[in-house]
Amino acid sequence: MRVMAQLAMVMNLDKCIGCHTCSVTCKQTWTNRSGVEYAWFNNVETRPGQGYPRRYEDQERWRGGWVLNRRGRLVPRGGGRLHRLSTIFSNPRMPAIEDYYEPWTYDYETLTNAPLQEHTPVARPKSLISGEDVKISWSANWDDDLGGAPEHGAADVLRRGLEDRVRFEFEQTFMFYLPRICEHCLNPSCAAACPSGAIYKRSEDGIVLVDQDRCRGWRMCVSGCPYKKVYFNHRTGKAEKCTFCFPRVEVGLPTVCSETCVGRLRYLGLLLYDADAVLAAASTPEERDLYEAQRRVFLDPNDPAVAAAAERSGIPHDWVQAARRSPAYALINTFKVALPLHPEYRTMPMVWYIPPLSPVVDALRDTGHDAEGRANLFAAIEALRIPVEYLARLFTAGDPAPVDAVLRRLAAMRSYMRDLNLGRDADESIPAAVGMTGEEIYDLYRLLALAKYDERYVIPAAHAEQAQALEELATGCSLDYDGGPGMGGSGPFGESSGGPEPVAVENFRMLRDRQRADTLTAATGRRGRVNLLNWDGRGRPDGLFPPSAHDTAAPGGAPSRTDTPGRTDIPGPDHTENGRAT
Amino acid sequence: MTAVAFSAGAANPPAAGGPDPDSALNILLWIVVPYVAITVFVVGHYWRYRYDKFGWTTRSSQLYERPLLRLGSPLFHFGILLVALGHVGGLLVPASWTDAVGISEGAYHAVAFGLGTVAGLAAVAGAAILVYRRRTVGPVFSATTRNDKAMYALLVATMLLGLGTTVLGNLTGHPHDYRETVSPWLRSVLMLQPDTELILAAPIGFRLHVLAAWALFAFWPFTRLVHVFSAPLGYLTRPYVVYRSRDEQLGTRPPRRGWERPRRPRQQVGR
Repeated sequence: MRVMAQLAMVMNLDKCIGCHTCSVTCKQTWTNRSGVEYAWFNNVETRPGQGYPRRYEDQERWRGGWVLNRRGRLVPRGGGRLHRLSTIFSNPRMPAIEDYYEPWTYDYETLTNAPLQEHTPVARPKSLISGEDVKISWSANWDDDLGGAPEHGAADVLRRGLEDRVRFEFEQTFMFYLPRICEHCLNPSCAAACPSGAIYKRSEDGIVLVDQDRCRGWRMCVSGCPYKKVYFNHRTGKAEKCTFCFPRVEVGLPTVCSETCVGRLRYLGLLLYDADAVLAAASTPEERDLYEAQRRVFLDPNDPAVAAAAERSGIPHDWVQAARRSPAYALINTFKVALPLHPEYRTMPMVWYIPPLSPVVDALRDTGHDAEGRANLFAAIEALRIPVEYLARLFTAGDPAPVDAVLRRLAAMRSYMRDLNLGRDADESIPAAVGMTGEEIYDLYRLLALAKYDERYVIPAAHAEQAQALEELATGCSLDYDGGPGMGGSGPFGESSGGPEPVAVENFRMLRDRQRADTLTAATGRRGRVNLLNWDGRGRPDGLFPPSAHDTAAPGGAPSRTDTPGRTDIPGPDHTENGRAT
Repeated sequence: MTAVAFSAGAANPPAAGGPDPDSALNILLWIVVPYVAITVFVVGHYWRYRYDKFGWTTRSSQLYERPLLRLGSPLFHFGILLVALGHVGGLLVPASWTDAVGISEGAYHAVAFGLGTVAGLAAVAGAAILVYRRRTVGPVFSATTRNDKAMYALLVATMLLGLGTTVLGNLTGHPHDYRETVSPWLRSVLMLQPDTELILAAPIGFRLHVLAAWALFAFWPFTRLVHVFSAPLGYLTRPYVVYRSRDEQLGTRPPRRGWERPRRPRQQVGR
């Protein structure tokens, strides 16, 4: 047994309201740059729908992920090493920009500098690829909320064979939202496809990253990933992907998408798994068994033998403890309500989903029945095969049984907890019907409905804490990279050549410390510089505003930072500022 | 360099009636230029790799346009790979070696001419498609830097000169045997004993091709052509999934000299 740790995410789809806040904050954090305008490391799709990029699930066409060959060995679906090298000069399976969408901006300038004319000037959409006028005809969520579904919905890959049942007539539709990030797979096919070996899985926490210094732009990862979550930066010529916000999780902060999730539907936690068992599990002959096979790869952190093996493998003790408190492990293995996305791709994805019960509840309520009665709900799950079969195609390679079981557990939780909330006696036959105890049901309810920040995000920090802080104070020169040739725009060898700007882990550590502090402290700038990127609005750092006449009149006067809550830093009527309440 | 040039000149007195290999121009073109180009090529690559790993990429434009690239790119790349192999064979392998293996002069030239022309035509056709694509497809054109344009000009000029010399020379019926002139000259340059007389005996087409090639080599490290040296041959032998530890160093910068963490010396035995 070779124990490895993996940071995993679980999303509770019942809670997703499709607000795209995760996508927007992720975009602002990671991809608001030239070259990745079209890339969304996090995107939210309406299902049924085509997804982003269009029809990415059609592996007959894109050939991502793995398959078993005739001898039962696991091989990339896109072909082995020699085949890949032979197609390296023009990747035939790479999506074109139209398959994502052509990014655009608006010509706002016209609005202000157009000459006087009869008609109001308009801001025309301009392509960010060619600079020309563009007719906007697709985007990352063009079919949001089933918009245009009568026209586009038919192209949903998962609907094939269910056309007569997954309908888009208004009265007969159901829909739910599916937020997607990189799956950070245990068996990543993007890494397997990379000719340069630039994509790697971090052995400490399992995050899959692209080494920007090693990537040579062969584009094989884009087609190798069945989830199409590796993007090609067309300005720098390098592949980029979701980083699981590694600079944040290294200091124990949740990813940006989790932090900003309005519905609080994301859970982050560690899973311990047996690295030696991954290949065998991914090679499971029957696709429908892959869900169970992957679940068996995860190790029980409460098992002393596992804990001992973990310590032997060099996993720090606090990481094992974090694995015991992991909400991901609880949802996946203890309560068995989370399911992997498309296990049939055989990449062993590590972002799991709690399938939504709401389409069933909604349909039931619309019929006028009591939508939370146990008998009604159970019967509805039986009767409303449409959502279940569709969900099974997403999460269990088409096997309805596990989806059915999860929905029953969620339904049981609703019915059981309703009795408690209404002050009735608990009906212990409800948990028994789904093979759980009342206590387990309550624990599940607590995790899904009440869990606070610290219970939803159990992220042990990387072990470099002290050294990081020390480095920030004592060593290094922050100007090492500034002004270096090639920085900040076009270098001598094309866009953004030269060394990449490092993401300073220490800044995130300080951000976390400030966010968790009870007092209003000023964000300490370094050497008088104010970094607005990290300023969170608490306190007023030195140098945020130029010195006023008041300051200069009183040399050595009032200190310009405050450590007491509610106090303004500079007294005087012209400097009053509201102390921000915590 | 001058010492080399001097010895080369001394060892080979000028042939009667031929151009003077010791003239300043000839020394410049056939001794100084090659060594400068080789030096820039080698040192330039080392420097670029140290300084600009992030810029070391193919800068593929496939995302912008596919059908033309699908046709032109493999045509060009496979063609130019064959051409490069042919150059290695023709320039670095002495005629005496092929004779020794029993390959006759006629057979060698038939194969070299046949394969070389086919590969050369493929490469030129591919390059033509790619240049056309670069000029006509808007997004591709706007992603083309001045550096790219200069590189394309040099590369295409070198290819056309090479192909033209081969094809035209053979059309005359008396193709020039470059294995008597250009090849031994290049080997003499590489062995630091440049023999200018040899190259001066080659027709003008060959000499222009050689000069264009030196210019291309000198420019090479500063263009996207560096991606040639990241041909991913290691992919054939490495395991599919790469694991890497979080960077050994703490923080985002290497520690200053003298501040490295203590580290146990690598054990020679065990494991």
